[in-house]
Amino acid sequence: MQIKSPEFKQSARIALQDVNLQKALGNLKAGFPGKRASAVARMPEFDQLRDQARDLKNHILEHLDLYLDEFEARVVENGGQVHWCRTADDARQTILQLCREQDAKTVTKGKSMVTEEINLNEYLEENGIRPVETDLGEYILQLRGDHPSHIIAPAIHLNLEDVSETFHQHHHRPKSDDPAVLMAEAREMLRKEFVAADVGITGANFLIAETGSTMIVTNEGNGDLTQTLPKTHIVVSSIEKVVPTLEDASLFLRLLARSATGQEFTVYNTLSSGNRRPDDQDGPENFHVVLVDNGRSDMVGTQLQDMLRCIRCSACMNHCPVYGAVGGHSYGWVYPGPMGSVLTPQMIGIEKAGLLPNASTFCGKCEEVCPVRIPLPKLMRHWREKEFEKHLSPKAVRWGLGSWAFFATRPTLYRMFTAGASRFMRILGGKKGTIKKLPLAAGWTDHRDMPTPTGKTFMQQWQARQQQEKR
Amino acid sequence: MPDTHTPPIKVGLFVTCLADMFRPEVAFATVKLLEQAGCEVDVPSAQTCCGQPAFNSGDNHNSRMIARQTIAAFDGYRYVVGPSGSCIGMLHHYPELFDDGDPWKARAEELKARAFEITSFLVDELNFSGIHSTFTGKITYHDSCSGLRELGIKQQPRQLLSEVEGVTLSEMQEAETCCGFGGTFCVKYPEISNRMVSNKTGFAADSGAEMLVGGDLGCLLNMAGKLKREGREMQVRHVVELLADMTQSPAIGDADYDLGQEL
Ligand code: SF4
Repeated sequence: MQIKSPEFKQSARIALQDVNLQKALGNLKAGFPGKRASAVARMPEFDQLRDQARDLKNHILEHLDLYLDEFEARVVENGGQVHWCRTADDARQTILQLCREQDAKTVTKGKSMVTEEINLNEYLEENGIRPVETDLGEYILQLRGDHPSHIIAPAIHLNLEDVSETFHQHHHRPKSDDPAVLMAEAREMLRKEFVAADVGITGANFLIAETGSTMIVTNEGNGDLTQTLPKTHIVVSSIEKVVPTLEDASLFLRLLARSATGQEFTVYNTLSSGNRRPDDQDGPENFHVVLVDNGRSDMVGTQLQDMLRCIRCSACMNHCPVYGAVGGHSYGWVYPGPMGSVLTPQMIGIEKAGLLPNASTFCGKCEEVCPVRIPLPKLMRHWREKEFEKHLSPKAVRWGLGSWAFFATRPTLYRMFTAGASRFMRILGGKKGTIKKLPLAAGWTDHRDMPTPTGKTFMQQWQARQQQEKR
Repeated sequence: MPDTHTPPIKVGLFVTCLADMFRPEVAFATVKLLEQAGCEVDVPSAQTCCGQPAFNSGDNHNSRMIARQTIAAFDGYRYVVGPSGSCIGMLHHYPELFDDGDPWKARAEELKARAFEITSFLVDELNFSGIHSTFTGKITYHDSCSGLRELGIKQQPRQLLSEVEGVTLSEMQEAETCCGFGGTFCVKYPEISNRMVSNKTGFAADSGAEMLVGGDLGCLLNMAGKLKREGREMQVRHVVELLADMTQSPAIGDADYDLGQEL
């Protein structure tokens, strides 16, 4: 996927004008947050579970190597194989190699953000293998040559009409605006692919160390067909998905569905434990787990370690007023919203992603809803510090900040400056209460008036009052 | 026998740079409320701004300088009180700026423990219920983010407002959603900020209230400026103006001042 994060401002501007996108974002805002709120209200112990989940994730991250080793040992006992990949490129090559071993022409795929992160689809295509997305949203996007704009509802930026048009073009059937008809159409098309596929690739929501199982949660059941029908099942997962026990996974499951869609439980919770045994009715002959690091182990032991607690529920973006205004594509890479503004700089570099952690008012709503209590604003500020240290912040910002700080650290000069600035604005404002156009503050006055200071500064007035009292 | 010699509570007023420059009335109203609650108010002259613009821009060096200056300026006061959840929230961030073992860290922690936003100070710390104010009309309340999420300010201003004679509160939709001000955010990302404040003024107007009230001048200037640009009639005021019975002067952005005298 092409990196467009440096163009965040332009993309956001376009997105704000895009009527269809705004309509789709309106649906998102009207849906997920309300559903989450009522699910949370039905569960009095929700906040307690969040504390437990945070603590458990912290514990896992302290012992990440141990749990991953245990996981690998169990996978091997179950007859599978684990492949450790430090970079995105290692992961792509490993997966390609595994597909080639099967002489694969077609691979079916369940929804997986980490395969977006490593740009898997394009890589497979370049190498003559046809990936077929089987999650409905991902399938629509693949037909359109588009990318996810949301981590659990990838096609949330589209409206029903868009889907209808896309299906009409690709399926050559009469147009329909009935979701049930469209769904049936997709199902019919995908069924052939499920049967024809040589390899099935899925992501993982959890890796269970004690059993060597991988787990996915879906609402469509497409993941089950992707992983049971082909001869080979490849699970692609990032390293921080490991949890010690099944019991632990259930703690996260309770939080995940409620935080994401407001469901009590996701519809399909599927465990894969190795390849088919002699008396199993179905299942793949080969079972592989590709573990992707891609910068994550560098986060361990730093302030960013907290970000590795993320269970990819999407609550932070569903509640984010900035995401809600500009949509996921504006962020210009795989992960949008607050969690993306923390992760993206780590993965593509702060030089390219600097605009993302700045695109926040620090309103704190994301942290308020995050099920594993990730201090997202604090982590975004961490990136702003890095940016400032590296002298990457725009010159005008540094200059403005520098001159402001010069005065702010010299109270007497500061008094003189504010008195002058107040007077200047009062002259500009004339007899009116607001200024329509203020030099150096176009960002403000292009969209709103600037209320004029109502008189001399408080400090001037206070001093005058004190002196009067003394007399 | 009641103790008639209780010394007044010594409070250092954290004016906030926006109240200082744009709306001194807010600081005067805060002083009035504190005095009504039995405090002796002082305004340390070595204060400037809380340092948030530097802190949120990742400039820790300048943030630290300003933090030290503020900590020193407010040494010796029993409490530090200001009319802004955002600025007081910033004072609460000061300890993060210093390493463990740095004596400034302990001083920052100590300042944090006695720094309060005005409505939470009156309600949570003093249990105050002596509001003497009249304002007849329907208002709606915007919960500013830092106050709400960092300091837990939600019911305190509402409780105090309920003591104002004649006021009815009509809650708007999404009262807790950010207004898009965000300090430097509003000039760095003007279009996004504009969308957020437009949503806000829309909800405020839909509430049917004639006045929008809040506890942070940054947000209030933002929303008042937008309402003016949209040509809406709604007035905007800081909550302390209503609580201190100081609604005689023009609302935010409504002035018609006699500049000849004031300059
Ligand atoms: S950061 Fe928190 S809220 Fe956002 S996706 Fe991750 S777990 Fe969910």
